Amino acid sequence: MATRTIAGKTVTVNDEGFMTNPAEWTQEIATELAKEEGIPALSEQHWKIITFSRQDAGAAGKSPTLRRITTGTGLSTKDLFSLFPKGPAKKVARIAGLGKPEGCV
Amino acid sequence: MTTENRKVAFICSKGALDMAYPALVMGWAALGNGIDVTLFFTFWGMDLITKTRQDHLEIAPVGNPSMKLSMMGIKAGNLGIPNMLGGLPGMTAFATALMKDKMKKLEVPPVGEYLQMLVDGGAKLYACKMSVDMMGLKKEDFVDGVQDIVTASDFMDMTDGAQIIFI
Repeated sequence: MATRTIAGKTVTVNDEGFMTNPAEWTQEIATELAKEEGIPALSEQHWKIITFSRQDAGAAGKSPTLRRITTGTGLSTKDLFSLFPKGPAKKVARIAGLGKPEGCV
Repeated sequence: MTTENRKVAFICSKGALDMAYPALVMGWAALGNGIDVTLFFTFWGMDLITKTRQDHLEIAPVGNPSMKLSMMGIKAGNLGIPNMLGGLPGMTAFATALMKDKMKKLEVPPVGEYLQMLVDGGAKLYACKMSVDMMGLKKEDFVDGVQDIVTASDFMDMTDGAQIIFI
């Protein structure tokens, strides 16, 4: 398992660049990873999604699917795709310090 | 990083409930991974985008060797549903209700809602010109999100460079 330093903190990551230990995640890391994913600044709505995803993953033991995120946050599919353009499934999970979503919906 | 975005196009030619889902599931996964998605509906697949048909897709329990009695909760191993039995009135509705129930338990949305999710996620939907003419349909008969009625040749033009999946 590789390690890398993000926002001054050394964390473990897998081959695809997803963090493997959610406990190592910080808000500063999220901001930094968001920039790598082409999102220059995280808005309140971005944080709403990130916070929900982390809470849900903590409870369910797996990264939430997009439908779970829209249902859980009350945000629309359109919102989700405009907040995290071009691939929200991977982007949300990566920024939130979680693994890839498990499940097909 | 490639500059050209990956593209996937699905040709949906079937109107049975079980054949509606492959494109929806894979298309949704593709959008979630940042892949451009185009859906082309043709022949029986027109049912998936036709307002009056979309919520009434069914699965028939006849002529399907994979459909076993065990799916109905009867512990019968590999024993299939006899075609004679599947042909009885009400069996298609029964099989359909059973499948819808299973999908619901897995939190899989109904076809109409699923398709709308794909549209909201940026998928482009097109109806086949020849099927429209054959079935006497108009653009108003289709759900919102269907962008246009196009010919096979148009489809080939608009899917240049895409991976095409026929269902």
